Amino acid sequence: MTTAGAVEERTRPEADSPRTTSAPSSVRRLLPGSHDAATWAGHVERYGPLPWLTGRAEALRAEVADSGLSGRGGAGFPTAVKLESVAARGNAVVVANGTEGEPASAKDKILMRRNPHLVLDGVLVAMAAVGAREAVVAVARKDASSRARLEAILRERRAQTGAIRLAEVPDRFVAGEESALVHWLNGGPAKPTFTPPRPFERGFGGRPTLVQNVETLANLGLVARYGAGRFRAVGTEDEPGSVLVTVVGAVRRPGVVEVALGTPLRSVLERCGGVPEPQRALLVGGYFGTWIPPTLDVPLSRAGLRQAGAALGARTIAVLPQRVCPLAETARIVRYLAAESAGQCGPCVFGLPAVADSMAALARGGAQAAALRRISALTPQVLGRGACAHPDGAVRLVASALTVFADEVDHHLAGSCTASADAPLLPIAHETESWR
Amino acid sequence: MSTNEHLRVDPIQCDAYGHCAEFLPELIELDEWGYPIVDDRPVPPELVRDARRAVNACPRLALVLERRTL
Repeated sequence: MTTAGAVEERTRPEADSPRTTSAPSSVRRLLPGSHDAATWAGHVERYGPLPWLTGRAEALRAEVADSGLSGRGGAGFPTAVKLESVAARGNAVVVANGTEGEPASAKDKILMRRNPHLVLDGVLVAMAAVGAREAVVAVARKDASSRARLEAILRERRAQTGAIRLAEVPDRFVAGEESALVHWLNGGPAKPTFTPPRPFERGFGGRPTLVQNVETLANLGLVARYGAGRFRAVGTEDEPGSVLVTVVGAVRRPGVVEVALGTPLRSVLERCGGVPEPQRALLVGGYFGTWIPPTLDVPLSRAGLRQAGAALGARTIAVLPQRVCPLAETARIVRYLAAESAGQCGPCVFGLPAVADSMAALARGGAQAAALRRISALTPQVLGRGACAHPDGAVRLVASALTVFADEVDHHLAGSCTASADAPLLPIAHETESWR
Repeated sequence: MSTNEHLRVDPIQCDAYGHCAEFLPELIELDEWGYPIVDDRPVPPELVRDARRAVNACPRLALVLERRTL
């Protein structure tokens, strides 16, 4: 058991440290540093073999419940509850969601490239836990690198993974939403559907479907091996484990890092080389997220970010420097979100372009006061009125910008802007793909 | 007194015909693009009849009156 011991050693917090805020910022469970876990030999050396899974559905679900693992795709739903509701219905199928449609997020792509075996382990564990005989791993069509890696290891491990197939999904922002993904797998466009039924009731092929993010699945590979107790050795009491975080914007080394839940935002940014210039705000949760002031003592956890007025989401943090206009950045993002509407629900189809127009007017000048009033009038006409949460995300982003950047809004109302840079900062996908 | 019946719009099916708001202005208003904003509270008994008429008037079958169990 030397391999398991090695994992333990690298992930255990200092003996005398409390579990809450002073967990070590560097965790190497899912992204094992320089160690090449991407090869089968490296994987086995690093993690050891998977335990026997057959006939252990209940025991596996109980272990997951004890671990306190929650979904890492963004919604943060307790994984054990999802497993139970699918298992109880029988004839289940598992869908691993590696589509990662958020343009600023890279954590799922990095995980699938650097640790694809652990993701597949998790798929096998999930299948055993819900009694599924088949599984699909869904990746974005443009993510050729993840697909190639997964294809190769599915061949390499075909004795174990013969019932797992790959699917390439259109690269659209909402394509990874559960109902959209299932819709696409069932032969439709990758657009959300009106629920209920939800995928766990009637999903892929009409069967109860467990849709789990690939990072959640990788964690299942750890819980099945080392148990709930070890899983809880990092993170907080309420939110155990580690998470992958994508950091973009004004840090020295943008990229994906793994940290314990509860790690202060300051430590997360330090892992990315720190912020070399004055910062104005953080966009937490990606383009579906919320602006917050750069309060770096906030712990990266659902509870911590809720207090700061944000949500943990899929853990994308964009650092906005002082030199960039936050209203212009927000306007660009909302324009992108409007273009990424699935085009199905009126309030999203008409509301988001209208919000984007007003945000652009506020940012670039031209009837700023009218634009601000227009946004207030549009918000209640958009919020909560789509089949999915896409329109809600866009107007919440705008609402947070108007709150956090109230001073900048005043400058714009007076016809000025405090920014010195003109170049856009945050990444946005430019080409649009088809929905099939 | 109220019922446990609620109105719900399928926003994907809805095409802004607006007939529902004509039958049931008490619970349904239209946004600036003509899509219904539906009161989510239980339908009062005296309006259930109109609610059914609004549901039946939708050419897209986008409005449903559903019983919710608490």
